[in-house]
Amino acid sequence: MKVVKPGIVTLLVTYVIALTLMVMPMPATFDVFRPDWVTLVMLYWIIALPHRVSIGTALILGVLSDVLLGSIVGVHALGMVVVAYLAARNFQRLRNFALIQQAVVIAVLILLKRFIVFEANVFLHDAEFTLSYFWPVLTSAVFWLWVFPLLRKVRRQFGVS
Amino acid sequence: MKTLFVRGPSLLSRLVLALACSFLLIFIDHRLQAMQPVRVFLNSLVAPVQYLAILPEQLLDNFSESVKTTDQLSAENKALKQRILKLQGQQQQLQFLQNENRRLRELLGSEARESARRMVAEVIAVASEPFSQQLVINKGTLSGVYEGQPVLDSSGIIGQVQDVGGNTARVLLISDQSHAISLRSERNDIRALAQGTGDIGRLELMFIPHSTELREGDLLMSSGLGGVFPEGYPVARIASIVRDESLPFATVFADPVSALDRVRNVLLLWPSESELQPIYEDDE
Repeated sequence: MKVVKPGIVTLLVTYVIALTLMVMPMPATFDVFRPDWVTLVMLYWIIALPHRVSIGTALILGVLSDVLLGSIVGVHALGMVVVAYLAARNFQRLRNFALIQQAVVIAVLILLKRFIVFEANVFLHDAEFTLSYFWPVLTSAVFWLWVFPLLRKVRRQFGVS
Repeated sequence: MKTLFVRGPSLLSRLVLALACSFLLIFIDHRLQAMQPVRVFLNSLVAPVQYLAILPEQLLDNFSESVKTTDQLSAENKALKQRILKLQGQQQQLQFLQNENRRLRELLGSEARESARRMVAEVIAVASEPFSQQLVINKGTLSGVYEGQPVLDSSGIIGQVQDVGGNTARVLLISDQSHAISLRSERNDIRALAQGTGDIGRLELMFIPHSTELREGDLLMSSGLGGVFPEGYPVARIASIVRDESLPFATVFADPVSALDRVRNVLLLWPSESELQPIYEDDE
């Protein structure tokens, strides 16, 4: 088994781009609708390469999101791990879905992730419910229609397998 | 060819392991508050991502700066010069008053007030989650920034440093739900504790009796009692007082004096009594 697998750079670059987009400053009007880039990119790689990207990656990306967003370390990791598990278990089913169907499933997964993060915040310091926290569920699903073909193109171009 | 059977532990056991890890991290960070040393490292690790995120904005800013016309620049220059003149005038008076204050305090035998040291920092990111109100600034331990440091903008106190990395620091805003600050009314010295509501333009004053003499529009200054914030900086203005007798206390809301959602440059403050020192770069 080789230590460094081909395509690791491509994977890392997509993660860094996703994390960057997550913290990029935006006008407050659009900020509410910011798609959940990190989860989207992670879900794509789990569906495409479940033998490489799985729960471990989710844990690391979750902790990095926590540090970048300044929440209590482990909160986002928790949500990401659960979502990653569900995606990794059903990757074959997800692969055979049409793009629209995939988008619906992605919306459900991101809703679940956001719900877990929200509940963790309620548990830790009595966060109040804000509907705006769940807008990204819709935008993420819409963006999936472009993220999926784009990342597939990237995967084929750079031969990540 | 990837083999079917060499796949390590099963998915479910990995899930259980990762969940245990997450819960452990939450426990360590939240209950034991023992993540600070690791956080400094992690913050330094993700700092490049934060600087990368503001790169487009900075490039655009530079671009718009470089295509400004001479007229615009000279007008701006004129306005700034006038402002400097005005501020210098006030500064002279301030110096005079400070000297007088020191002399009077000496006469009274009370401690002289030393002025605090300051440093300007730029906001490089805002937290995009509704249940945490935070900013990230471009100064960290390398500039002498420390945890719990008061942060101001041009009009008043905006928050305190929550955690630091090498060259970034995270500022918890006064409007965060987990933040409270001790205040004193400018008009009649009534003390109050203001807690963040999670709404960026709103603080709630806690435990105010119905018979309070506070009025709408009163300016609230920091009282210096918590030990974090220095005394006498403006923080908020009372927006509404609702005296509902069925509740044990009056419901008092105050609006922060600085527009917390529009902060671009902040001022870090090193109180004179603290032994920590700012470390200035050569170009400042």
